Amino acid sequence: MADKVFNLQIISPTRIFFDGDATMVEMKTSEGEIGVLAGHIPLTAILTPGVVKIHQEEGTKEAALHDGFVEIRKDRVTVLAESCEWPDEIDVERAEEAKERAENRIKSGRKDVDMLRAELALKKALTRIDLAGRK
Amino acid sequence: MASMRDIKRRKESVQSTGQITKAMKLVSSVKLQKAKVGAEVSKPYFDTMYNTVAGMIAKSGQMSHPFLQKSQSDKKAVILITSNRGLAGGYNSNVMKLVTKDDRFTQENTVVYAVGTKGRDGMDRQKFQVAQDYSEAMNEPVYSDAMEIGKEVLSQFVRGEIGEIYLAYTIFKNTVVQIPTLTKLLPIDAEDISSETEDISEDPIERITLMNYEPEPEEALDAIVPKYINSLIYGGLVESYASENGARMQAMDSATSNAEEMISDLSLKYNRARQASITQELTEIIAGASAIS
Repeated sequence: MADKVFNLQIISPTRIFFDGDATMVEMKTSEGEIGVLAGHIPLTAILTPGVVKIHQEEGTKEAALHDGFVEIRKDRVTVLAESCEWPDEIDVERAEEAKERAENRIKSGRKDVDMLRAELALKKALTRIDLAGRK
Repeated sequence: MASMRDIKRRKESVQSTGQITKAMKLVSSVKLQKAKVGAEVSKPYFDTMYNTVAGMIAKSGQMSHPFLQKSQSDKKAVILITSNRGLAGGYNSNVMKLVTKDDRFTQENTVVYAVGTKGRDGMDRQKFQVAQDYSEAMNEPVYSDAMEIGKEVLSQFVRGEIGEIYLAYTIFKNTVVQIPTLTKLLPIDAEDISSETEDISEDPIERITLMNYEPEPEEALDAIVPKYINSLIYGGLVESYASENGARMQAMDSATSNAEEMISDLSLKYNRARQASITQELTEIIAGASAIS
Protein backbone atom coordinates (compact mmCIF):
# COMPACT_ATOMS: atom_id res chain seq x y z
CA MET A 1 0.00 0.00 0.00
CA ALA A 2 2.94 2.24 0.60
CA ASP A 3 3.19 3.47 -2.96
CA LYS A 4 -0.50 4.29 -3.06
CA VAL A 5 -0.23 7.21 -0.69
CA PHE A 6 1.05 10.66 -1.48
CA ASN A 7 1.76 13.76 0.50
CA LEU A 8 -1.08 16.26 0.48
CA GLN A 9 -0.74 19.83 1.64
CA ILE A 10 -3.56 22.31 1.83
CA ILE A 11 -2.24 25.76 2.57
CA SER A 12 -4.17 28.95 3.19
CA PRO A 13 -2.67 32.39 3.90
CA THR A 14 -3.39 32.12 7.59
CA ARG A 15 -2.40 28.53 8.30
CA ILE A 16 -1.29 25.18 7.00
CA PHE A 17 -4.72 23.66 6.79
CA PHE A 18 -3.78 20.06 6.14
CA ASP A 19 -0.47 18.29 5.83
CA GLY A 20 -0.34 14.53 5.65
CA ASP A 21 -0.59 11.38 3.62
CA ALA A 22 -3.66 10.69 1.52
CA THR A 23 -4.68 7.87 -0.78
CA MET A 24 -6.98 10.02 -2.86
CA VAL A 25 -8.23 13.57 -2.95
CA GLU A 26 -11.36 14.74 -4.72
CA MET A 27 -11.93 18.36 -5.60
CA LYS A 28 -13.80 20.67 -7.88
CA THR A 29 -11.82 22.41 -10.59
CA SER A 30 -12.97 24.96 -13.12
CA GLU A 31 -13.08 22.16 -15.70
CA GLY A 32 -15.04 19.71 -13.55
CA GLU A 33 -14.53 17.44 -10.59
CA ILE A 34 -11.33 15.47 -10.39
CA GLY A 35 -10.04 12.72 -8.16
CA VAL A 36 -6.31 12.46 -7.72
CA LEU A 37 -4.54 9.23 -6.86
CA ALA A 38 -0.85 8.67 -6.29
CA GLY A 39 1.13 8.77 -9.53
CA HIS A 40 -1.07 11.34 -11.23
CA ILE A 41 0.54 13.29 -14.05
CA PRO A 42 1.83 16.73 -13.06
CA LEU A 43 -1.02 19.18 -13.37
CA THR A 44 -1.96 22.65 -12.28
CA ALA A 45 -5.67 23.34 -12.12
CA ILE A 46 -7.88 26.15 -10.89
CA LEU A 47 -10.32 25.28 -8.12
CA THR A 48 -13.79 26.68 -7.71
CA PRO A 49 -15.71 26.81 -4.42
CA GLY A 50 -16.58 23.28 -3.47
CA VAL A 51 -16.05 20.44 -1.08
CA VAL A 52 -12.65 18.82 -1.02
CA LYS A 53 -12.67 15.18 0.04
CA ILE A 54 -9.51 13.73 1.49
CA HIS A 55 -9.32 9.94 1.51
CA GLN A 56 -6.87 8.52 3.96
CA GLU A 57 -6.16 4.95 4.97
CA GLU A 58 -7.96 5.56 8.24
CA GLY A 59 -11.00 7.33 6.81
CA THR A 60 -12.31 10.25 4.83
CA LYS A 61 -12.24 13.93 5.67
CA GLU A 62 -14.18 16.74 4.09
CA ALA A 63 -13.59 20.46 4.03
CA ALA A 64 -15.03 23.51 2.32
CA LEU A 65 -12.55 25.12 -0.02
CA HIS A 66 -13.06 28.49 -1.65
CA ASP A 67 -11.09 29.80 -4.53
CA GLY A 68 -7.64 28.49 -5.10
CA PHE A 69 -5.58 26.22 -7.24
CA VAL A 70 -3.94 22.84 -7.02
CA GLU A 71 -0.49 21.84 -8.10
CA ILE A 72 0.01 18.12 -8.61
CA ARG A 73 3.58 16.86 -8.78
CA LYS A 74 5.12 13.45 -9.02
CA ASP A 75 5.25 12.81 -5.31
CA ARG A 76 2.97 15.37 -3.76
CA VAL A 77 -0.10 17.49 -4.16
CA THR A 78 -0.25 21.09 -3.00
CA VAL A 79 -3.48 22.99 -2.74
CA LEU A 80 -3.35 26.74 -2.28
CA ALA A 81 -6.67 28.06 -1.05
CA GLU A 82 -7.64 31.61 -0.22
CA SER A 83 -9.84 30.18 2.50
CA CYS A 84 -10.57 26.71 3.73
CA GLU A 85 -12.68 25.37 6.59
CA TRP A 86 -13.47 22.10 8.35
CA PRO A 87 -17.21 21.36 8.75
CA ASP A 88 -17.21 22.21 12.46
CA GLU A 89 -15.74 25.66 11.77
CA ILE A 90 -18.57 26.72 9.51
CA ASP A 91 -21.01 29.27 10.82
CA VAL A 92 -24.23 28.04 9.22
CA GLU A 93 -26.22 31.11 10.17
CA ARG A 94 -23.74 33.38 8.51
CA ALA A 95 -23.65 31.20 5.43
CA GLU A 96 -27.48 31.29 5.21
CA GLU A 97 -27.42 35.05 5.46
CA ALA A 98 -24.74 35.28 2.79
CA LYS A 99 -26.75 32.98 0.56
CA GLU A 100 -29.84 35.15 0.89
CA ARG A 101 -27.87 38.30 0.25
CA ALA A 102 -26.25 36.86 -2.85
CA GLU A 103 -29.56 35.52 -4.18
CA ASN A 104 -31.23 38.88 -3.73
CA ARG A 105 -28.41 40.59 -5.51
CA ILE A 106 -28.61 38.21 -8.45
CA LYS A 107 -32.42 38.46 -8.62
CA SER A 108 -32.43 42.24 -8.47
CA GLY A 109 -30.83 42.24 -11.93
CA ARG A 110 -29.56 45.76 -11.51
CA LYS A 111 -26.74 46.81 -13.76
CA ASP A 112 -24.47 47.95 -10.98
CA VAL A 113 -24.44 44.49 -9.42
CA ASP A 114 -21.23 42.61 -9.96
CA MET A 115 -22.76 39.35 -11.20
CA LEU A 116 -19.59 37.30 -11.05
CA ARG A 117 -18.95 38.33 -7.51
CA ALA A 118 -22.51 37.63 -6.41
CA GLU A 119 -22.43 34.23 -8.04
CA LEU A 120 -19.15 33.41 -6.38
CA ALA A 121 -20.53 34.47 -3.01
CA LEU A 122 -23.57 32.28 -3.58
CA LYS A 123 -21.41 29.31 -4.51
CA LYS A 124 -19.34 29.76 -1.39
CA ALA A 125 -22.41 29.99 0.83
CA LEU A 126 -23.96 26.91 -0.75
CA THR A 127 -20.76 24.94 -0.28
CA ARG A 128 -20.66 25.87 3.37
CA ILE A 129 -24.31 25.00 3.97
CA ASP A 130 -23.96 21.77 2.04
CA LEU A 131 -20.97 20.61 3.99
CA ALA A 132 -22.28 21.68 7.39
CA GLY A 133 -25.52 19.80 6.71
CA ARG A 134 -23.69 16.54 6.10
CA LYS A 135 -22.22 16.05 9.52
CA MET B 1 23.67 76.72 38.07
CA ALA B 2 19.99 75.92 37.66
CA SER B 3 17.94 76.11 40.79
CA MET B 4 17.00 72.97 42.70
CA ARG B 5 13.36 73.40 41.82
CA ASP B 6 14.09 73.61 38.11
CA ILE B 7 16.21 70.49 38.15
CA LYS B 8 13.56 68.63 40.10
CA ARG B 9 10.85 69.62 37.66
CA ARG B 10 13.00 68.61 34.70
CA LYS B 11 13.76 65.26 36.29
CA GLU B 12 10.11 64.54 36.93
CA SER B 13 9.19 65.30 33.35
CA VAL B 14 11.93 63.04 32.02
CA GLN B 15 10.80 60.34 34.41
CA SER B 16 7.22 60.40 33.18
CA THR B 17 8.35 60.38 29.55
CA GLY B 18 10.54 57.40 30.39
CA GLN B 19 7.54 55.60 31.85
CA ILE B 20 5.57 56.19 28.69
CA THR B 21 8.32 54.96 26.39
CA LYS B 22 8.83 51.92 28.59
CA ALA B 23 5.12 51.07 28.43
CA MET B 24 5.13 51.57 24.66
CA LYS B 25 8.09 49.27 24.35
CA LEU B 26 6.27 46.57 26.29
CA VAL B 27 3.15 46.97 24.20
CA SER B 28 5.01 46.76 20.91
CA SER B 29 7.05 43.76 22.02
CA VAL B 30 3.80 41.90 22.77
CA LYS B 31 2.40 42.97 19.41
CA LEU B 32 5.62 41.95 17.74
CA GLN B 33 5.31 38.41 19.06
CA LYS B 34 1.84 38.16 17.56
CA ALA B 35 2.89 39.76 14.29
CA LYS B 36 5.85 37.40 13.99
CA VAL B 37 3.55 34.39 14.26
CA GLY B 38 1.31 35.95 11.63
CA ALA B 39 4.24 36.44 9.28
CA GLU B 40 5.46 32.90 9.85
CA VAL B 41 2.16 31.15 9.13
CA SER B 42 1.70 33.03 5.88
CA LYS B 43 5.17 32.09 4.68
CA PRO B 44 4.43 28.57 3.31
CA TYR B 45 1.49 29.89 1.29
CA PHE B 46 3.57 32.69 -0.09
CA ASP B 47 6.56 30.47 -0.95
CA THR B 48 4.48 27.83 -2.69
CA MET B 49 2.66 30.52 -4.59
CA TYR B 50 5.90 32.06 -5.72
CA ASN B 51 7.31 28.73 -6.86
CA THR B 52 4.20 27.85 -8.80
CA VAL B 53 4.02 31.18 -10.57
CA ALA B 54 7.75 31.14 -11.25
CA GLY B 55 7.39 27.64 -12.70
CA MET B 56 4.53 28.70 -14.93
CA ILE B 57 6.37 31.72 -16.22
CA ALA B 58 9.56 29.80 -16.79
CA LYS B 59 7.64 27.28 -18.82
CA SER B 60 5.75 29.77 -20.89
CA GLY B 61 8.61 32.18 -21.45
CA GLN B 62 7.51 33.38 -24.86
CA MET B 63 3.87 33.50 -23.94
CA SER B 64 2.22 36.80 -24.68
CA HIS B 65 -0.07 37.71 -21.87
CA PRO B 66 -1.12 41.14 -20.64
CA PHE B 67 0.28 40.39 -17.17
CA LEU B 68 3.72 39.75 -18.62
CA GLN B 69 3.95 42.80 -20.85
CA LYS B 70 4.39 46.43 -20.27
CA SER B 71 1.23 48.25 -21.19
CA GLN B 72 0.94 51.56 -23.03
CA SER B 73 0.53 53.70 -19.98
CA ASP B 74 3.69 55.01 -18.34
CA LYS B 75 1.88 55.61 -15.05
CA LYS B 76 3.24 53.76 -12.09
CA ALA B 77 1.24 52.65 -9.10
CA VAL B 78 2.97 52.23 -5.78
CA ILE B 79 1.38 50.37 -2.92
CA LEU B 80 3.08 52.02 0.00
CA ILE B 81 2.87 50.17 3.29
CA THR B 82 3.62 52.28 6.34
CA SER B 83 2.14 52.54 9.82
CA ASN B 84 -0.77 54.46 11.27
CA ARG B 85 1.21 55.61 14.26
CA GLY B 86 4.53 57.32 14.62
CA LEU B 87 7.28 56.90 17.22
CA ALA B 88 8.79 54.03 15.31
CA GLY B 89 12.19 55.51 14.56
CA GLY B 90 13.00 55.77 10.89
CA TYR B 91 10.53 53.09 9.90
CA ASN B 92 8.07 55.24 7.96
CA SER B 93 10.50 57.65 6.39
CA ASN B 94 12.72 54.79 5.20
CA VAL B 95 9.85 53.26 3.24
CA MET B 96 8.85 56.61 1.78
CA LYS B 97 12.42 57.37 0.74
CA LEU B 98 12.33 54.31 -1.51
CA VAL B 99 9.84 56.16 -3.65
CA THR B 100 10.77 59.80 -3.20
CA LYS B 101 14.52 59.29 -3.69
CA ASP B 102 14.05 57.12 -6.78
CA ASP B 103 14.28 59.00 -10.08
CA ARG B 104 11.86 56.62 -11.79
CA PHE B 105 9.06 57.96 -9.65
CA THR B 106 8.00 61.53 -10.21
CA GLN B 107 5.01 63.44 -8.95
CA GLU B 108 3.53 63.31 -12.45
CA ASN B 109 3.76 59.62 -13.25
CA THR B 110 3.17 58.05 -9.86
CA VAL B 111 -0.05 57.14 -8.13
CA VAL B 112 0.17 56.10 -4.51
CA TYR B 113 -2.07 53.50 -2.91
CA ALA B 114 -1.41 54.18 0.72
CA VAL B 115 -1.70 51.66 3.50
CA GLY B 116 -0.95 53.52 6.70
CA THR B 117 -1.75 57.15 7.46
CA LYS B 118 1.91 58.12 7.93
CA GLY B 119 2.76 57.20 4.36
CA ARG B 120 -0.42 58.78 3.04
CA ASP B 121 0.24 62.13 4.72
CA GLY B 122 3.94 62.06 3.95
CA MET B 123 3.41 61.45 0.25
CA ASP B 124 0.66 64.01 0.13
CA ARG B 125 3.06 66.57 1.56
CA GLN B 126 5.58 65.71 -1.16
CA LYS B 127 2.85 66.46 -3.71
CA PHE B 128 2.42 62.88 -4.84
CA GLN B 129 -1.03 61.82 -5.94
CA VAL B 130 -2.64 59.52 -3.38
CA ALA B 131 -5.37 57.57 -5.16
CA GLN B 132 -6.65 55.35 -2.41
CA ASP B 133 -6.23 54.99 1.29
CA TYR B 134 -6.44 51.59 2.94
CA SER B 135 -5.07 52.63 6.28
CA GLU B 136 -7.54 50.65 8.38
CA ALA B 137 -5.87 47.51 7.05
CA MET B 138 -2.75 48.30 9.03
CA ASN B 139 -4.47 47.96 12.41
CA GLU B 140 -4.74 44.21 11.94
CA PRO B 141 -3.75 42.91 8.51
CA VAL B 142 -6.12 40.24 7.19
CA TYR B 143 -6.16 38.51 3.84
CA SER B 144 -9.35 40.20 2.66
CA ASP B 145 -7.64 43.59 2.91
CA ALA B 146 -4.94 42.38 0.55
CA MET B 147 -7.61 41.05 -1.79
CA GLU B 148 -9.34 44.40 -1.87
CA ILE B 149 -6.15 46.30 -2.67
CA GLY B 150 -5.11 43.70 -5.22
CA LYS B 151 -8.44 43.85 -6.98
CA GLU B 152 -8.31 47.61 -7.26
CA VAL B 153 -4.79 47.87 -8.69
CA LEU B 154 -5.33 44.93 -11.02
CA SER B 155 -8.46 46.40 -12.50
CA GLN B 156 -6.56 49.64 -13.10
CA PHE B 157 -3.80 47.68 -14.76
CA VAL B 158 -6.17 45.70 -16.96
CA ARG B 159 -7.92 48.89 -18.06
CA GLY B 160 -4.52 50.25 -19.06
CA GLU B 161 -4.65 53.20 -16.69
CA ILE B 162 -1.42 52.18 -15.06
CA GLY B 163 1.51 50.46 -16.67
CA GLU B 164 3.45 49.17 -13.70
CA ILE B 165 2.64 48.21 -10.15
CA TYR B 166 5.17 48.39 -7.36
CA LEU B 167 5.00 47.41 -3.73
CA ALA B 168 6.99 49.33 -1.13
CA TYR B 169 7.17 47.60 2.22
CA THR B 170 9.56 46.54 4.95
CA ILE B 171 10.93 43.03 5.18
CA PHE B 172 11.09 41.73 8.71
CA LYS B 173 14.45 40.03 9.01
CA ASN B 174 14.58 39.88 12.79
CA THR B 175 13.79 42.08 15.75
CA VAL B 176 16.65 44.48 15.10
CA VAL B 177 16.94 44.31 11.30
CA GLN B 178 14.16 45.50 9.02
CA ILE B 179 14.83 46.12 5.37
CA PRO B 180 12.73 48.59 3.38
CA THR B 181 12.10 47.02 -0.01
CA LEU B 182 10.61 48.01 -3.33
CA THR B 183 9.41 45.18 -5.58
CA LYS B 184 7.70 45.18 -8.92
CA LEU B 185 4.41 43.30 -8.91
CA LEU B 186 3.31 43.76 -12.50
CA PRO B 187 4.15 43.24 -15.27
CA ILE B 188 5.98 40.12 -14.20
CA ASP B 189 9.40 40.06 -15.71
CA ALA B 190 9.91 36.59 -17.10
CA GLU B 191 13.69 36.96 -17.11
CA ASP B 192 13.88 38.12 -13.52
CA ILE B 193 11.75 35.39 -12.21
CA SER B 194 13.20 32.48 -14.18
CA SER B 195 16.75 33.40 -13.26
CA GLU B 196 15.78 33.21 -9.61
CA THR B 197 13.90 29.95 -9.79
CA GLU B 198 16.88 27.79 -10.62
CA ASP B 199 18.05 27.64 -7.08
CA ILE B 200 14.58 27.50 -5.55
CA SER B 201 13.19 24.45 -7.28
CA GLU B 202 14.98 21.20 -6.71
CA ASP B 203 14.59 20.05 -10.27
CA PRO B 204 13.63 22.83 -12.64
CA ILE B 205 13.86 20.70 -15.76
CA GLU B 206 11.34 18.21 -14.51
CA ARG B 207 8.89 20.95 -13.73
CA ILE B 208 9.29 22.82 -16.97
CA THR B 209 8.89 19.80 -19.19
CA LEU B 210 6.17 17.90 -17.40
CA MET B 211 3.69 20.32 -15.90
CA ASN B 212 0.27 20.34 -17.53
CA TYR B 213 -2.28 23.05 -17.15
CA GLU B 214 -5.98 22.85 -16.93
CA PRO B 215 -7.37 25.13 -18.31
CA GLU B 216 -4.73 26.28 -20.81
CA PRO B 217 -1.70 28.15 -19.43
CA GLU B 218 -3.07 31.52 -20.58
CA GLU B 219 -6.31 31.06 -18.71
CA ALA B 220 -4.58 29.54 -15.73
CA LEU B 221 -2.34 32.58 -15.59
CA ASP B 222 -5.43 34.77 -15.64
CA ALA B 223 -6.71 33.06 -12.55
CA ILE B 224 -3.46 32.58 -10.69
CA VAL B 225 -1.75 35.94 -11.18
CA PRO B 226 -4.40 37.88 -9.20
CA LYS B 227 -3.95 35.40 -6.36
CA TYR B 228 -0.21 35.80 -6.66
CA ILE B 229 -0.54 39.58 -6.40
CA ASN B 230 -2.88 39.25 -3.45
CA SER B 231 -0.49 36.95 -1.67
CA LEU B 232 2.41 39.32 -2.29
CA ILE B 233 0.40 42.21 -0.90
CA TYR B 234 -0.68 40.15 2.07
CA GLY B 235 2.93 39.12 2.62
CA GLY B 236 3.90 42.79 2.47
CA LEU B 237 1.23 43.70 5.00
CA VAL B 238 2.17 41.10 7.59
CA GLU B 239 5.91 41.66 7.16
CA SER B 240 5.46 45.40 7.47
CA TYR B 241 3.24 44.98 10.50
CA ALA B 242 5.94 42.93 12.20
CA SER B 243 8.63 45.40 11.11
CA GLU B 244 6.63 48.34 12.41
CA ASN B 245 6.43 46.83 15.85
CA GLY B 246 10.05 45.77 15.73
CA ALA B 247 11.12 49.27 14.77
CA ARG B 248 8.95 50.83 17.45
CA MET B 249 10.26 48.45 20.08
CA GLN B 250 13.81 49.40 19.19
CA ALA B 251 13.06 53.12 19.11
CA MET B 252 11.29 52.96 22.46
CA ASP B 253 14.06 50.86 23.95
CA SER B 254 16.69 53.46 23.10
CA ALA B 255 14.36 56.25 24.23
CA THR B 256 13.96 54.51 27.58
CA SER B 257 17.67 54.06 28.06
CA ASN B 258 18.27 57.69 27.07
CA ALA B 259 15.70 58.75 29.65
CA GLU B 260 17.43 56.66 32.29
CA GLU B 261 20.74 58.24 31.44
CA MET B 262 19.23 61.71 31.68
CA ILE B 263 17.62 60.88 34.99
CA SER B 264 20.87 59.73 36.54
CA ASP B 265 22.59 62.83 35.19
CA LEU B 266 19.86 65.08 36.61
CA SER B 267 19.89 63.26 39.95
CA LEU B 268 23.58 63.96 40.25
CA LYS B 269 23.04 67.62 39.44
CA TYR B 270 20.13 67.81 41.88
CA ASN B 271 22.14 66.26 44.70
CA ARG B 272 25.03 68.54 43.98
CA ALA B 273 22.76 71.60 44.05
CA ARG B 274 21.18 70.39 47.31
CA GLN B 275 24.58 69.89 48.92
CA ALA B 276 25.68 73.29 47.67
CA SER B 277 22.66 74.99 49.22
CA ILE B 278 23.18 73.18 52.56
CA THR B 279 26.82 74.20 52.62
CA GLN B 280 25.87 77.75 51.80
CA GLU B 281 23.27 77.86 54.57
CA LEU B 282 25.74 76.47 57.08
CA THR B 283 28.35 79.02 56.07
CA GLU B 284 25.79 81.77 56.46
CA ILE B 285 24.69 80.54 59.91
CA ILE B 286 28.26 80.19 61.12
CA ALA B 287 29.14 83.58 59.72
CA GLY B 288 26.08 85.07 61.42
CA ALA B 289 26.86 83.37 64.74
CA SER B 290 30.47 84.56 64.75
CA ALA B 291 29.33 88.09 63.95
CA ILE B 292 27.09 88.14 67.04
CA SER B 293 29.62 86.74 69.49
